[in-house]
Amino acid sequence: MTQDARTQLEILRSEAAAKGLIHRIHALVDRPTALMEVCGTHTVAISRWGLRSLMPPGLRLLSGPGCPVCVTPLSEIDRAIEAARLPGAIVATFGDMMRVPGSTTTLDSERARGADVRIVLSALEALRIARAHPSREVVFVGIGFETTSPGIAATVLAAERDGVRNFSVFPFFKLVPPALGMLARVPGRTLDGFICPGHVSVIIGSAAYEPIAGGFGIPCVVAGFEPVDVLEAIVMLLEQVRGVREGGARASVETQYRRAVTAGGNRRAQELLGEVFEVRDAEWRGIGPIAASGYGFRERFRPFDAGARFRIPATTAGDAAGCICGDIMLGRRTPPECGLFATRCTPRDPVGPCMVSSEGACAAFYRYERGGARVATGAPAAAGEHGAPAGKDDAAAGSGRRSPGSDSDA
Amino acid sequence: MPDDRIKLAHGSGGALMHDLIARVIVPRFSNPALVRLEDAAELADVAGRRIEGGRLAFTTDTYVVQPLFFPGGDIGKLAVAGTVNDLAVKGAEPACLTLGLVIEEGLPIANLERVLDSAAATARGAGVVVVAGDTKVVECGAVGGLIVNTSGVGVIPDGIALGSERVREGDAVIVSGTIGDHETAIVIARKDLRVEEAIESDCAPVNGLVRRVLEACPETRVMRDPTRGGIGTTLNEIAAAAGAGITLDERALPVRPAVRAVCDILGFDPLYMACEGKVVAIVPPGASEAVVRAMRADPLGREAAVVGAVGGRRGVYLRTGVGGVRPVLMLEGVQLPRIC
Repeated sequence: MTQDARTQLEILRSEAAAKGLIHRIHALVDRPTALMEVCGTHTVAISRWGLRSLMPPGLRLLSGPGCPVCVTPLSEIDRAIEAARLPGAIVATFGDMMRVPGSTTTLDSERARGADVRIVLSALEALRIARAHPSREVVFVGIGFETTSPGIAATVLAAERDGVRNFSVFPFFKLVPPALGMLARVPGRTLDGFICPGHVSVIIGSAAYEPIAGGFGIPCVVAGFEPVDVLEAIVMLLEQVRGVREGGARASVETQYRRAVTAGGNRRAQELLGEVFEVRDAEWRGIGPIAASGYGFRERFRPFDAGARFRIPATTAGDAAGCICGDIMLGRRTPPECGLFATRCTPRDPVGPCMVSSEGACAAFYRYERGGARVATGAPAAAGEHGAPAGKDDAAAGSGRRSPGSDSDA
Repeated sequence: MPDDRIKLAHGSGGALMHDLIARVIVPRFSNPALVRLEDAAELADVAGRRIEGGRLAFTTDTYVVQPLFFPGGDIGKLAVAGTVNDLAVKGAEPACLTLGLVIEEGLPIANLERVLDSAAATARGAGVVVVAGDTKVVECGAVGGLIVNTSGVGVIPDGIALGSERVREGDAVIVSGTIGDHETAIVIARKDLRVEEAIESDCAPVNGLVRRVLEACPETRVMRDPTRGGIGTTLNEIAAAAGAGITLDERALPVRPAVRAVCDILGFDPLYMACEGKVVAIVPPGASEAVVRAMRADPLGREAAVVGAVGGRRGVYLRTGVGGVRPVLMLEGVQLPRIC
């Protein structure tokens, strides 16, 4: 990292830079407002920097379906576990998939029973394992949004080029814009704006959100991941929200994360995706099927499709009873409103998808905000400071704080 | 789902391991010295005989690390320093160690010699002697080359009594230098990451530094060496045992830029990254300056800093760099690298 970059990073993490933005946010929130991020890294940034403790009571920061591990359905986890049970197979996976419960077990538990499951940082690392063990089948669990899938597409192309025959991938990828479209169509939606994912947008470009802003009138701001990035994006969104509410302005797509994101995105990465994958319908854990929201291999790359190669069929396992992860990802409820939260469902023994990954809304809430300065997204700060337990009325307490004379929620 | 087998996460130093120790191990051996579960057992007498001029501190630790040689150290240095440190932070003057080796068939003897040379040099530097040992050889693939166990004995002089129960509202929390260096160096070596700033493990015996602290402030409340689980876990253990609250100031925490960068990339939190040559000390508020000065006078304590204070609601909290507040919970299992 250069000195300049380091200085820039220090500013983006400094209290001095944050202060003015926080004041502006307090001034802009004069009625209940809900903004949603749809990226695990934003979820963690908001929790890790304690940003909710700095927000005015009327502003709710919601976590949508932004964690790729969390939205991977049970049936797909089960298929990865089946692969780990194949004799001589090596399953390579991102670390946070290890503890995700399938319908009966986890990859972590399978490893404890002798399966060869390895944590890798990239698909290329999995390909290296395949080259090093030519007599064994190496199966990579391909999860992720548009940020991750191009690298995996490039890895599959490299495997094809070099004739690596013992390498395959489960294509469990998901696409962000169709999920935003689904969220925008939720009946009785109370969302006022989207904090759009920075990394995904580097690949797909900010123009990908135009249908959301233009078609549904929801302001969108593409944000970076440092605390000052997130705060600045919140200010930009609140200014748009005010303009839309008061002046009849049209919702638009803006980019706060200008140092990395363009309107068109990364063409080369988009070409890679188009060469290897085709868009298909996909199942999202806790939410259900979303049309044209996933990827499958094109015919030419079928030999690399782990599901087809080992004839591991899709199962129909359903989500756990009592779990409200779907509602949490849709912005209807917050983690402390779940009866299982922090009791039956903990990061050590997760029931629902949002508790599974460190990026999940429930896990981030559990780790960073349970009993914290603010106990729930909508709760007034004072409730948290007195250590009041997170209750089911937290969200209502927040909206009860609306300023006199303001009309109903957006 | 219930866990019916041991997982790697049971060895992480976090809540899962605490649970295993408390439920499966301790009840079977329960006695007053063991149940405290501190870095070293403190014994006022041995088989009824009192020790002249102090109490005995006794500890054991088994070292598994991959790779065996890493930037800043190796398993031999780690095994000696780790046990010396467990004794030192109890206020003991470390005296002697045992050294047990479980060697895998096929390990080059030259590698074993390098490890032993390093262990011997570290013991000399720390002023301890290795007085007994054991050697076993196991089949290839069983232990990743080499496992080392060390047990250690030291004497806690009369007048020194450290313990979490002595922590008081208003006390200062001090760390002796940058956090997370050891685990970051290991992660870089294991994952072959390319990082501009070279990070070395901080693996070193801290008994000299501890001596300076106790000279500067004999009323020091408690000291710990934040190994597995990092200072986040260590401070949670202290806060729980003391029934106290601790608030850390993120801006005061010494973290190397490269450690922060590696953590950012992998989704780790420096608060949970292991140190192998650092001390966390809780001291009365009036003594904090003197203790920081004493630490900084030691080559291992140049970046010592007051990082927080005791007080407020029970548990550990962090005032973040931008002014927010969040709780710092005990690490659950292992930190797993995140996808993006």
